[in-house]
Amino acid sequence: MEISVPRMALVLLVGISGSGKSTFAARHFAPTQVISSDYCRGLVSDDENDQSATPDAFDVLHYIVGTRLRRGLLTVVDATNVQWEARKQLIELAKSHDVLVDAIVLDVPEEVAIARNAARPDRAFGAHVITRQRKDLRRSLGKISRDGFRRVHVLRGEEIDDAVITYERAWSDRTELTGPFDIIGDVHGCRSELETLLRTLGWTVTPTGAVHPEGRTAVFVGDLVDRGPDTPGVLRLVMGMVEAGTALCVSGNHEQKLVRALNGRKVRVAHGLEESLTQLAGEPEEFRDAAKAFMDGLVSHYRLDGGALVVAHAGLKEAYHGRASGRVRAFALYGDTTGETDEYGLPVRYPWADEYRGRAMVVYGHTPTTEPEWVNNTICLDTGAVFGGSLTALRYPERRIVSVPAEKVWYEPVRPLTSQYSRDPGVLDIGDVTGTRYVETRYGGRVKIAQENSAAALEIMSRFSVDPRWLVYLPPTMAPPETSALDGFLEHPDQAFEEYSRAGVSRVVCEEKHMGSRAIAVLARTPEAAAKRFGVTDGTTGSVYTRTGRPFFDSLTGELVDRLRDAVSPLWDELETDWVVLDCELLPWSAKAEGLIRDQYASVGAAARTALPEALAVLETAAGRGLDVGGLVDRTRRRLDNAALFRDAYARYCWPVSGLDGVRLAPFQILACEGRATAVLEPHSWHLDVLGRLESGILAPTRHVYVSLDSEEERAAAVDWWSALTGSGGEGMVVKPVEHTPGRVQPGIKVRGREYLRIIYGPDYTESLGELRGRFLGRKRSLASREHALGLEALTRLAEGEPLWRVHEMVFAVLALESEPVDPRL
Amino acid sequence: MSPATDLGFLLHKHPDRVQEFGQSFGTARVLYPEASEHRCTAALLLEVDPVRLVRSRGKSSPDFSLGQYVNDRPYAASSLLAVALADVFRTARTGRCTARQELADGPIPLELGLPALPCRGGADLARRLFEPLGWQVEATAVPLDDDFPEWGDSRYVRLTLRGEVRLADALNHLYVLLPVLDDAKHYWIAGDEVDKLIRAGGGWLGAHPERVLITRRYLGRRWALARTAFARLAEIGDDVEESLEPPAEEEIADAQHDSDTTTGTDAAPDADGADGAGEAAEESQAAGPRTPLNTVRRDTVVSVLEEIGARSVVDLGCGSGQLVSALLSRPSFTRVTGVDVSARALAMAARKLRLDRMPDAKRARVELFQGSLTYTDARFAGHDAAVLMEVVEHVDPPRLPALERVVFGVARPRHVVVTTPNVEHNVKYEGLADPEGGPSRMRHPDHRFEWTRAEFAAWAAGVCDAYGYEAAFRPVGEDDPEVGPPTQMAVFRLPAQPPTP
Repeated sequence: MEISVPRMALVLLVGISGSGKSTFAARHFAPTQVISSDYCRGLVSDDENDQSATPDAFDVLHYIVGTRLRRGLLTVVDATNVQWEARKQLIELAKSHDVLVDAIVLDVPEEVAIARNAARPDRAFGAHVITRQRKDLRRSLGKISRDGFRRVHVLRGEEIDDAVITYERAWSDRTELTGPFDIIGDVHGCRSELETLLRTLGWTVTPTGAVHPEGRTAVFVGDLVDRGPDTPGVLRLVMGMVEAGTALCVSGNHEQKLVRALNGRKVRVAHGLEESLTQLAGEPEEFRDAAKAFMDGLVSHYRLDGGALVVAHAGLKEAYHGRASGRVRAFALYGDTTGETDEYGLPVRYPWADEYRGRAMVVYGHTPTTEPEWVNNTICLDTGAVFGGSLTALRYPERRIVSVPAEKVWYEPVRPLTSQYSRDPGVLDIGDVTGTRYVETRYGGRVKIAQENSAAALEIMSRFSVDPRWLVYLPPTMAPPETSALDGFLEHPDQAFEEYSRAGVSRVVCEEKHMGSRAIAVLARTPEAAAKRFGVTDGTTGSVYTRTGRPFFDSLTGELVDRLRDAVSPLWDELETDWVVLDCELLPWSAKAEGLIRDQYASVGAAARTALPEALAVLETAAGRGLDVGGLVDRTRRRLDNAALFRDAYARYCWPVSGLDGVRLAPFQILACEGRATAVLEPHSWHLDVLGRLESGILAPTRHVYVSLDSEEERAAAVDWWSALTGSGGEGMVVKPVEHTPGRVQPGIKVRGREYLRIIYGPDYTESLGELRGRFLGRKRSLASREHALGLEALTRLAEGEPLWRVHEMVFAVLALESEPVDPRL
Repeated sequence: MSPATDLGFLLHKHPDRVQEFGQSFGTARVLYPEASEHRCTAALLLEVDPVRLVRSRGKSSPDFSLGQYVNDRPYAASSLLAVALADVFRTARTGRCTARQELADGPIPLELGLPALPCRGGADLARRLFEPLGWQVEATAVPLDDDFPEWGDSRYVRLTLRGEVRLADALNHLYVLLPVLDDAKHYWIAGDEVDKLIRAGGGWLGAHPERVLITRRYLGRRWALARTAFARLAEIGDDVEESLEPPAEEEIADAQHDSDTTTGTDAAPDADGADGAGEAAEESQAAGPRTPLNTVRRDTVVSVLEEIGARSVVDLGCGSGQLVSALLSRPSFTRVTGVDVSARALAMAARKLRLDRMPDAKRARVELFQGSLTYTDARFAGHDAAVLMEVVEHVDPPRLPALERVVFGVARPRHVVVTTPNVEHNVKYEGLADPEGGPSRMRHPDHRFEWTRAEFAAWAAGVCDAYGYEAAFRPVGEDDPEVGPPTQMAVFRLPAQPPTP
């Protein structure tokens, strides 16, 4: 006997103890799909037959079942379920997860069950228990079909052993269709506009059907009918397409109501229903019946393309995708409302899309708006064709919008058409960022963010960061090379070259490391571009922020952005973009870090400068008295020299600035622009070339040399270059593979100069190089790789037009990782 | 008259030898650059080994900041020197000296020199601490960097103390006061040292006019031994950690009491909000019956919440939990939720509320968690009232719409109580008013703005307009006829029934 159950469902096995439920379950379902009450009783009491543990056991059972159903897994409950109350609780649990429930009843004679139990030493209870269960079951069987099951399968005798389970997919499940699709917004009887739109999209249209030469499939979001001039014409065309397999259609609330009206139910004739009824009255009865059957049979939503695309008339929140229940259907048809009505008497819609965090794209209609707008990977295509707006299609997977204008105002709107959302995309949800998180990147797999790191990042982000709409990227940390064995050096270019050479990189670029503050510049060409790409509507057109997302200057940021926009203006045409994100160094260091320099570095210098000469004087006087002070005099003198070098090392990177005068930016990478995450796509030579052609007083060049790693001469020349650079006070250089290199290769290695390292390792580090050489790079390198992957993911999501929270998730993760404990000197 | 070289007996260190004393963080040496009948100088040189210093801090302090490696400890007369001094001159500090007991028992002419003394509070504080102990104090500030005169003075002073003081006392003065002056953000000595230091103050600390400051600086720093991930983020952002501290417990001294403050706390808040705040608050209490503004504010908020009959309240930006505590003490508030973005502030609140030993019935009424006012958060919803007490002014103006959306749009409690400084009142604070008549300074370094009454009203009107609230205003503190109250308050209310079309 064939038993057909939904692919995603709760299945209750019903039968008395000893009826063979566990055996049946084991034969037909995977062990993880079956949750048995005996097992749960064992979990909470160490004794599967401890009846006093039953209430707790069912708590656990309900928790497990609920979790599985929330995650969309077929779940089988192996318990007697002979009592109505027990079944009712499980049915309600399934309904709360919008999952269908089937029952499989194993109706076994009492004697068989008693005999089976008697053969099992662990079933100590008497036959009277079985008798009572049997009584409960018999009473249940009469009315079990009214419990709320989708279907009740009753098996007796041979049927139990012969049963075969088959699975039905949900009506909404068309995941096997991969498109390409043309998804079409609310038509409302505008047949002519529909034909024009289809032809614009390349379809060949006849009154009863349409085909696309490239085999595209049309998907209608519902509300084909009412209000407009030719509801029958629209129905005829769409019915033909659906029948021919060139279109899918979900139900809209207007189809729903029209069907009820056609069925003679009492409905309020309003919102354009009258037009449909009048127009259909003029059609032959066969057509009316066919149309009624068509509309009645429309499902409320479809999942397409492996689940990546969901189409529903009024949208659908993620928890409802692929589910089946009255409220899922109601959501799909009418949307989410707050229960309030607005000044026009229309229901106030709940902005479910603002909270949408699903991976599937949700395309819908229902709410007329002036222009389709992406909100968290959802889009509403109802552009009010019947109200004189336009009829709109979304091409999938291209994500391209195609619209044709309405030929006239066919129907006066109750409420004037406006932009649908007064949303503030700068508002994110705490769930996007807090707690222990695992974030997926395409460049470095899954990255774990620990709770305490998220907590630290949340504070920085909330109290100090620039608007998250501008905060589209944070730069990763960078590791130094393996420690040099060369006398007097902790770091040297040789180790960087060697590492890349071993990793199979043939060509690297050595970029001057500007000693300033790392800066990310986000620049939009116009306020319109800022609004369109970044959702920023307060008139600002960019931001320049630090590696922890803080603004550089309180009141000068606007002016800095303006100057930079001027400086990079050739990029708009060259890159065919109206925004750009740049990775830079802002100079001088003291512009941002003056507080730190004074508090930390200059203080150390001042203390050393004041204390050491006195110590030296004491020692020299004591030596003059003939006291044996050993090597202390020499050592103290050397420390005094080191302190002077230390002081010079930080002072070199400080110069006074007034306003923005004296401030310069050295851009070295174009991180992203319209449609392209250039950080991933372009080699460093491209970045340096494009940026090198910009000429402006505010931009500082980034000196660089290329090195073919198989050439000893080029390596030697680069070492000389580095020596000269650091010898004249430079911080050092960064070595990077010219081409973006996936895999475990470090994205860059910083090789810092001998004197610069004094402000990192302390004035006297050169005295203890031996000990310092034992430094451990593993954590730093791993951190650099993870942060790099997160950063590239953020840029790619930005370039691909993903919603703010998806970009922010990555940026936040970088900041969180930065608070991981790693030797800060690396 | 004894020869000056008797100093060697008093210190128990021979004037003609160089003696070494190993310390966990380096080596201390005692030697005498001069030793004559008339004048004898003993020098204590502490050579700090940075590597050993890091190791000596132990695993209990997970400090991964650069300050651990690049710091002034090898040069400055810091708390480390105090520890070395205590060890090296252990016997001398007790005042015992079998060879010259009468000399040890009485005051002798002494001169103490500390070339680089870290001194938070400047030369003036050094004078205030040492002069009451019988020292003539010469304290000169050391400039930060001669090539950058605009940077001003460093935190170091060159200190010379002269006086007729018992040697044991002199040593103990240094032992106790060096760490007080140093007041290092992160203690460089073990926690139990603190107790020893207090004991060393035995005879004189109780009568010292600055005893409050001295003990507070000790005890106040004890809990901050461990640093957090947060500190690391401050540093990589080229920031000084202090500038990122949670703005908890800020308060400024009341103008009227400025003149009679004895600790010299500026009327203007210093960079260390918590410290200055505590001092200021105490000051005003000590000076008279006037209630500190933060108490007035808290009481006003509590009575407003009682007036509107709120039973569940979420305190958004609860800081160290003062309001939460006040609400919990009133049984009419059945649910009190404290939210802050600073994990440190929350830890402080949990400690002050004694959450871990609270009776179950009370514990069940309170919840604390980390949250941010620029992220929507389902946990904010479901309260009768939300309080934003001295919070909005810590939010950057461009982020205010996000806060409005989170609180008024999404959490949407029936009442929202907002307090914020009234900037017009700042002229009443000596340290804030601009003598030139220009705009006054803000009350706390973390304030992103301070509003006039008109600006506050305009902001409130915008919120009401966007989210359907009604606002009523009331003063907090004395309502000056000209410049208004020190704190302004708005009580937002959702109309009971949504307007029907």
